[in-house]
Amino acid sequence: MSVTKKFLYVNRRAPYGTIYAWESLEVVLIGAAFEQDVALAFVDDGVYQLAKGQDTKGIGMKNFSPTYSALGDYDINKIYVEKESLEARGLTLEDLQHLVWEDEDEDWAEKDSIQVVTSAELADLMEQQDVVLSF
Amino acid sequence: MAIEIDGKTIETDEEGYLVTLSDWDENIALELAKSENLEMDDARWEVVNFLREYYDEYQIAPAVRVLTKAIGKKLGKDKGNSKYLYELFPYGPGKQACKIAGLPKPTGCI
Amino acid sequence: MSMLHTVNKSPFEKDSMNSCLRLSADGSSILLIEDGVFAAQEGTVVSDSVKEAMKSKKVYALQEDINARGVQGKVMDGIELVDYAGFVKLVTEHDKVQSWV
Repeated sequence: MSVTKKFLYVNRRAPYGTIYAWESLEVVLIGAAFEQDVALAFVDDGVYQLAKGQDTKGIGMKNFSPTYSALGDYDINKIYVEKESLEARGLTLEDLQHLVWEDEDEDWAEKDSIQVVTSAELADLMEQQDVVLSF
Repeated sequence: MAIEIDGKTIETDEEGYLVTLSDWDENIALELAKSENLEMDDARWEVVNFLREYYDEYQIAPAVRVLTKAIGKKLGKDKGNSKYLYELFPYGPGKQACKIAGLPKPTGCI
Repeated sequence: MSMLHTVNKSPFEKDSMNSCLRLSADGSSILLIEDGVFAAQEGTVVSDSVKEAMKSKKVYALQEDINARGVQGKVMDGIELVDYAGFVKLVTEHDKVQSWV
């Protein structure tokens, strides 16, 4: 039996301007094969990764925002967004994509994946992890 | 690398995956299947079409585990299991079905 | 004819925008591109300083970069959106271009 560890991916960069957001998403998807306890945190400009209505046709880059909707299929259903980061950017939960996962134990009931948390709550969550990966 | 079809040259990477997603059509799928020594029947088309729809929605080729679960949900448990999928695509549904569907190699597929 | 400043870094992550606002002359133009377009958004912690600058400077933002980041509809009044052709036109209309990277 392998030991399940708690992994938290911390995303702090906006998409497209740099490669961090996409790299993180790829590592998350690859890492999901190892069936660990995975959570994602979006802080600072990282909150823009989840913004609704991204349209990259004009900049000739792949729009990878639809891929966040597949995270539920990968059993990743703990997605934390820092409240303070949203507020500093004039954003609310309404400005983000609605991400859900399906609970197999409750007849595939759809449940929200995103939780808006305060800085203090996120600090506590970070303390509880075995591994924290920063992007 | 490249494949020739109807007098056109379609670019592929060194493992035979299409370089440009939009190059894909059903004739190219048949050609790609031939290179995998697979005959395209209804069951294989069903998986290939499922993958294309998945990519269209999520912009990724799913991991095998995710594909299996998603097929089970959409097409039934008798199809959503690795035995069924590996019988159709003996070298792996991720590798072979994604290639025939014109998708990139699944993220994390080694 | 004056100076065109371009800013391509997020105002929340780097000082580029702040420095640009501090060191650009009245009457000059500022074009926000790439992650710099977040400075064009209404209701953020930097909106007030951008509004203040707009009293004496003209601020533009690249539409394509706004769209990519999903912040269309959040751009503050007074900021003019330009496309790539507009970007080129701005460059030709100004004496010099300074990039705040």
